Amino acid sequence: MTEIIIPPIDWRVAAQLSIIFGWASVLLVIALFVPRSRTRIIGYLAIVGVIVAAVAGIPLWGVNAETFSGMLRLDAYSLTLNWLFLASTAITIALSLDYLPRQGIERSEYYVLVLFATGGMMLLAQGADLIILFLGLELLSIVLYVLTGFAYPRIASEEAGMKYLLIGAFAGGFVVFGIALLYGATGSMNLRAIGETLARQALTPEERTYLLAGAALVVVGFGYKVAMAPFHMWAPDVYEGAPTPVTGLLSVGSKAAGFASLLRFLVEALAGEWQIWAPVLAALAIATLAVGNIGALTQQNVKRMLAYSSIGHAGYILFGVIAAGATDGVAGQRGVESVLLYLIAYTFTNLGAFGVLIALEQRGEAAWDMGDLAGLWNRRPWLAIAMAVCMLSLAGIPPTGGFWGKLYVFTAAWLAGMGWITVIGVIIAAVAAFYYLRIVAQMFMAEPAREAPLPMDRALRVGLTLATLGVLILGFIPTPAIDLVQRVVLGVRG
Amino acid sequence: MELIIFLITAAVAVAGAVAMLLSLNAIHSAIFLLINFVAISVLYVLLYAPFLFAIQLIVYAGAIMVLFLFVVMLLGAERAEDTRERFVWQRPLGLTLSAILLGLIGYIALRGPAPEARVTNHQFAAPERIAEALFTTYLLPFEITAFLLLAAIVGVVVLHTSGSQAGKRE
Repeated sequence: MTEIIIPPIDWRVAAQLSIIFGWASVLLVIALFVPRSRTRIIGYLAIVGVIVAAVAGIPLWGVNAETFSGMLRLDAYSLTLNWLFLASTAITIALSLDYLPRQGIERSEYYVLVLFATGGMMLLAQGADLIILFLGLELLSIVLYVLTGFAYPRIASEEAGMKYLLIGAFAGGFVVFGIALLYGATGSMNLRAIGETLARQALTPEERTYLLAGAALVVVGFGYKVAMAPFHMWAPDVYEGAPTPVTGLLSVGSKAAGFASLLRFLVEALAGEWQIWAPVLAALAIATLAVGNIGALTQQNVKRMLAYSSIGHAGYILFGVIAAGATDGVAGQRGVESVLLYLIAYTFTNLGAFGVLIALEQRGEAAWDMGDLAGLWNRRPWLAIAMAVCMLSLAGIPPTGGFWGKLYVFTAAWLAGMGWITVIGVIIAAVAAFYYLRIVAQMFMAEPAREAPLPMDRALRVGLTLATLGVLILGFIPTPAIDLVQRVVLGVRG
Repeated sequence: MELIIFLITAAVAVAGAVAMLLSLNAIHSAIFLLINFVAISVLYVLLYAPFLFAIQLIVYAGAIMVLFLFVVMLLGAERAEDTRERFVWQRPLGLTLSAILLGLIGYIALRGPAPEARVTNHQFAAPERIAEALFTTYLLPFEITAFLLLAAIVGVVVLHTSGSQAGKRE
């Protein structure tokens, strides 16, 4: 009988992950000793854990290493994304601290589950192996199903959770089958190894067919996750039914994580087949833009409108993803940068927008109708300003973070040689500005239709301020963020 | 000898699967599925995979089947509810797809086994080998699965208790 020797582990690579998973498990135990009336403490402790994990990442900048037999990688790309996930988690928890008790659904497990979701997102950003990507996807999805149905006795939440579960399980099946085909074609599940096999052109035509079929299935699976058309059907219902902070997390964290792994998968493993997947994804990107933005135009319900707008934004990010795979080095690098910059801007903006909805939402009644925002400027000027900033950023109007994101994405697409597609994107972006500005007009010009909402809680105010300031700082002083993403190099160019 | 055992277990497995689909009583279906699981576990032994044989028996035939039976009995859903089909196109489509699959399998089987597909090393799936792979190469997926299951358990408890609390309040 041979002795099993566990290979040495480079803990720098797994540091942030270990902190989040470990802290989540510890909190689960601590929660047992915290009285029900003080559940809030767990929320604060969760934020502390998130901050510790973020700080632990600072000395790791510049590390480029992999461990666990090449399955987990830490590079500038995953570290930047980890910080983004941690920021969105912290803001989500801050927004939830007041929302949950007001809705009567406060439970300590909520915060633990949010931490688990963050761990899943980090796995998706750091995973360099298809197994890890699948496990990260499943971990994130399972937690999000539960969080979506967290307001369980409420029918809308239950229905949303159920729909998300069914669609998610379906998508998971696509990913697994795709992975099996990829493994069958190349004999490896490591992204780099697949990329190298492709670069050597060692595949027979039959194997190449399997590879492309597998890749298509994986893209479909991740397409569900990031709500890309035509796999977006679940998004409006799920976003509407989920508790509002969870909707925020769904729309930013889960989407960013899905794009993080999709981008790594396409650039590291499939860069050699760019000629084939680029046109397919370009068509999907246009479809996503059209479906999302046309859907949003007709919505009266602000939460649903934001869901459609979130589908639309997946289209813009896809432009960056396509450019990132370009064989031309400059366009490829610009593509990676644009995806990251867009995700950063979009994360803060969308969390801010959902934060305003949370502030307006009172117990047992939804304030998501366009009319509920009417005259907000007269009732709560700061809320109106925050919402206006977020809407302008989503529309991509300077000087907000969203403007730089769109600028970068379109530049990257143009450089990658997608001329006419870029033009269509710009036109749709201009049309989309209409429904964002409609909300701004409602808030500043219409007469108030409802009395002033409840005074805001401190945590909610902090979360909202952080998100809005993030959008404005990105807009006025974009250089630090652009510097950050410019240091990120992905794939064969590294 | 191997061939005879294979033919017997394969016949039992197929018969169990077909009977499971055809029986209208959910409990009977579950028992037929159990037969199918046991037959498949014997096939694993024939493939020199003793660990999978044990796991198949313990996890599938043991734990999961008991869970199935519990759920069916708790819900009182032994009888098939309404056998009328809601989607008329489902049956022909399913039959067509199965026929295509069967054709493909037949084609591959008639082509003969690929030379490299023959197992030469009978220790390939020994428990020691699996343990070694699990704790060296696949250590990280193993650990993540632990957290995946933990998160799922927490989720089930949360959803269950919030539902029963709501029931109390009403």
